[in-house]
Amino acid sequence: MTTVPFDEALTRYEPVIGLEVHVELGTQSKMFCSCSTNFGAEPNTQVCPVCLALPGAMPVANRAAIESIIRIGLALNCSIAEWCRMARKNYFYPDMPKDYQISQYDEPICTNGYLDVTVDGEVVRVEIERVHMEEDTGKLLHAGGATGRIRGADYSLVDYNRAGIPLVEIVTKTVVGTGALAPAVARAYVTELRDLMRALGVSDVKMEEGSLRCDANLSLNRPGDPWGTRTETKNVNSLRSVERAVRFEIERQAAVLDAGGRVHQETRHFQEEDGTTTPGRSKEQAEDYRYFPEPDLVPIAPSREWVEELRLTLPEQPSVRRARLALAWGIGDFEVATLVNAGVLDIVEETVAAGVAPDAARKWWSGEFTRAASERGVEPADLPVTSAHIARVEELIASGALNDKLARQVFEGVLAGEGSPDEVVAARGLAVVSDDGPLLEAIDAALAEQPDVAEKIRSGKLQAAGAIVGAVMKTTRGQADAGRVRALLLERLGVEG
Amino acid sequence: MNLIRDNASVLAAAIAEGEVSSEEVTRAHLDRIAAVDERVHAFLHVDADGAIAAAKRVDAKRGAGEKLGPLAGVPLALKDVLAMKGQPTTAGSKILEGWIPPYDAAVVERLRAADIVILGKTNMDEFAMGSSTEHSAYGPTHNPWDLDRIPGGSGGGSAAALAAFEAPLAIGTDTGGSIRQPAAVTATVGVKPTYGAVPRYGLIALASSLDQVGPCARNVLDTALLHAAIAGHDPRDSTSINAAVPDVVAAALNADVRGMKVGLVRELSGAGYQAGVQQRFDEAVAILTELGADVVEVSCPHFEYALAAYYLILPSECSSNLARFDGMRYGLRVGDDGSRSVEEVMALTREAGFGPEVKRRIMIGTYALSSGYYDAYYGQAQKVRTLITRDFTEAFEKVDVLISPTAPTTAFKIGEKVDDPVAMYLNDIATIPVNLAGNCAMSLPIGLAPEDGLPVGLQIMAPPMGDDRLYRAGAALEAALVDRWGHLLIKEAPAL
Repeated sequence: MTTVPFDEALTRYEPVIGLEVHVELGTQSKMFCSCSTNFGAEPNTQVCPVCLALPGAMPVANRAAIESIIRIGLALNCSIAEWCRMARKNYFYPDMPKDYQISQYDEPICTNGYLDVTVDGEVVRVEIERVHMEEDTGKLLHAGGATGRIRGADYSLVDYNRAGIPLVEIVTKTVVGTGALAPAVARAYVTELRDLMRALGVSDVKMEEGSLRCDANLSLNRPGDPWGTRTETKNVNSLRSVERAVRFEIERQAAVLDAGGRVHQETRHFQEEDGTTTPGRSKEQAEDYRYFPEPDLVPIAPSREWVEELRLTLPEQPSVRRARLALAWGIGDFEVATLVNAGVLDIVEETVAAGVAPDAARKWWSGEFTRAASERGVEPADLPVTSAHIARVEELIASGALNDKLARQVFEGVLAGEGSPDEVVAARGLAVVSDDGPLLEAIDAALAEQPDVAEKIRSGKLQAAGAIVGAVMKTTRGQADAGRVRALLLERLGVEG
Repeated sequence: MNLIRDNASVLAAAIAEGEVSSEEVTRAHLDRIAAVDERVHAFLHVDADGAIAAAKRVDAKRGAGEKLGPLAGVPLALKDVLAMKGQPTTAGSKILEGWIPPYDAAVVERLRAADIVILGKTNMDEFAMGSSTEHSAYGPTHNPWDLDRIPGGSGGGSAAALAAFEAPLAIGTDTGGSIRQPAAVTATVGVKPTYGAVPRYGLIALASSLDQVGPCARNVLDTALLHAAIAGHDPRDSTSINAAVPDVVAAALNADVRGMKVGLVRELSGAGYQAGVQQRFDEAVAILTELGADVVEVSCPHFEYALAAYYLILPSECSSNLARFDGMRYGLRVGDDGSRSVEEVMALTREAGFGPEVKRRIMIGTYALSSGYYDAYYGQAQKVRTLITRDFTEAFEKVDVLISPTAPTTAFKIGEKVDDPVAMYLNDIATIPVNLAGNCAMSLPIGLAPEDGLPVGLQIMAPPMGDDRLYRAGAALEAALVDRWGHLLIKEAPAL
């Protein structure tokens, strides 16, 4: 595929972007029935007459889902409709049990909002066209064949567990004038939206599990010209991919236009491996979904009182919160973003509140515990370690009873279910050796083993001391205070530290 | 007593008194079905074992001294459009052949809770599209009054089962007249309750905004008892009304129209109405006047557009409701030989599984909802619907109930109109406005047309949640007619 280098493309064309984000709500039950929404259950075990579309079954709207979408709309500064209806989107596909999707068409529940995002220190306002609710489809699994795609498959299986899970679709207005920042703005928007959903507690927003899915629309036009034809890129499954997909489409469309060609209005698929997009379904002949108001459901008319009650439940905006924490902890945007991306911001804040220094709290959660969590396949916050545990260990470090290495061993014990830090310390016999006698013995032994190193230190090459300190730490199985060992060593050799 | 000719309330009382067992009553009906249904073809499926087991449970309850409901132990014929756990449910279509529902419709649950004995599933036009049962994929039902004639439709099976004394109670569904028109042409009673009064959960949808389940019987009181057993809110149907059900049984027992204002709908008479139908209707109006009703003429000017609007709204909704019959999850699947795509299998299944009338309406509806045509067809039809509702609202400001002939003609011959869809559709001209507006109506027999000796029905219409008015007026008229005839008209039906 021919492409034009990104910077060059932007000398001739202006990008226009638009983003459609689908968020799976974390409600207990599905949008129109009481089936569970748990991820990863055996195929077709979380189904009932309603979400299998058995003849005669009828949908009933989930109040918790409507509550979530109203909160999302309010957090995105939208107007909340006083009266709106669901609509049927008609098309045949085997992953959709009714062969129509219950969605919203010309009466979305939330309209005309915005979300501010910061890119390179600049605030960009992304305007929201609409937020509406709909139901998810089932999942197709194509068996046999090489690609796992429908073409070439021997047969296909359908899992309807996902069918009917509440989905919220958030559609931006076209975002213009971002120039070379377009890919970064797209990424920043999806990131901000993800953080907002997390703060609202309405979804687990895991792109890799599909609970947040993004379609990126892009067109190019020469300055002063009307907007060009847009493509819609799907299969964008990570924040990085959002940025790469937009960037690639700019490069690709610029090449098409440079060659005098025209961009086809089509759905494209992002390819994770090489960062390109490939053509999918053509949208030249717009599909006719024959939308009409869903007659099996009554209109939704949220009372103003209810909307205002829900407004009171909105959390602090993530951007405001990040700025507050960065200031309080004396760190930069990048460090805060790292905590957000690791999913530990809440627990770090909690740990700091428990009396731990911000740096220590950050260090533990984004290092040790993130690793432990990913090994166990759980969220850091779900580990058996608490902020009180961390506070206690930090106290022991401060008093000199533990060093960093021992502290890690304490947490190993805590994570292994051996009890509280104090219990682990007692059971494993973990304590810094504070008696100088054994340390001096170990130092002498090490010096005897490495006379050349001893000589270097004596001659003033203090950096060589590390080898001896290391050897001592090893013989004491880490239970010595390294600083104390170094001081004793230098004293022994009569060298000024 | 006569186990198959007596009314449901009489049978229920006898069962409660221990004069007869539910099992005896049930077996009598199963025998009757075995004797006559080969000629009538009211039933698609008879669940003899299930019926007898249900009857035995009622008898055991009675034996244990438990209090029984007012229809306990009485057999009933269920229209095959309602899901019944463990029993074939086809909606009269080949596409559902072999499907056994794993769940009960809300109405079936209520029938079971009322200890009503379900004999089996009755024939109907495919997916309730039709006025004659000729569009059933399993062959037509024959009118017990004249086996060469249609029993009405779509619920012809339920009406014929009543008229042939195969069941004293039946359940129908009414989207444009499918309870009332069959009642009219078989001399039985049928009610389309207020939209939302009876839960639709488990009713295989034709047109969701028009469909309503309702009671059918051979007299007004039995109809009211069945109405009371099935009506009331169900949270699984969000269009179901969450309010107290009008006391229809008390209304049926209070057969009195003195002082009641009765409106004669000017637009539902005259041209197109068979002379004998009009004659019996005029006589019934005279009786109502004699009984003390205040009969006035009322105009509903937008009713003339009802049929056109109905034949846009219904096909639009049904084109979507019937999409799920794609061969993927249940029922028929055609062409799945490993060489065809999923789209081809869906298309072949629907081609083979749906009959011509169903295909016709799906195509009309698909067209009417298409982008570019939506406003002109579906949108315009919805506006007409609003105007018709307004006609009713204004009329009910002046009168308590409205009346008209139920159907413009008596039962026509099987085959007579099957190739002329518009002639078939015109049968429902008087019944459709009620479905569009969502209010309620009853059809009850008012005599035989002199020219052909076939039953004529009168329709009573009331405002939403005014279902009790239907029963009060209907019971009064029925009582006056029974006085005149010495018995219910249905007792004159030919012996089979």
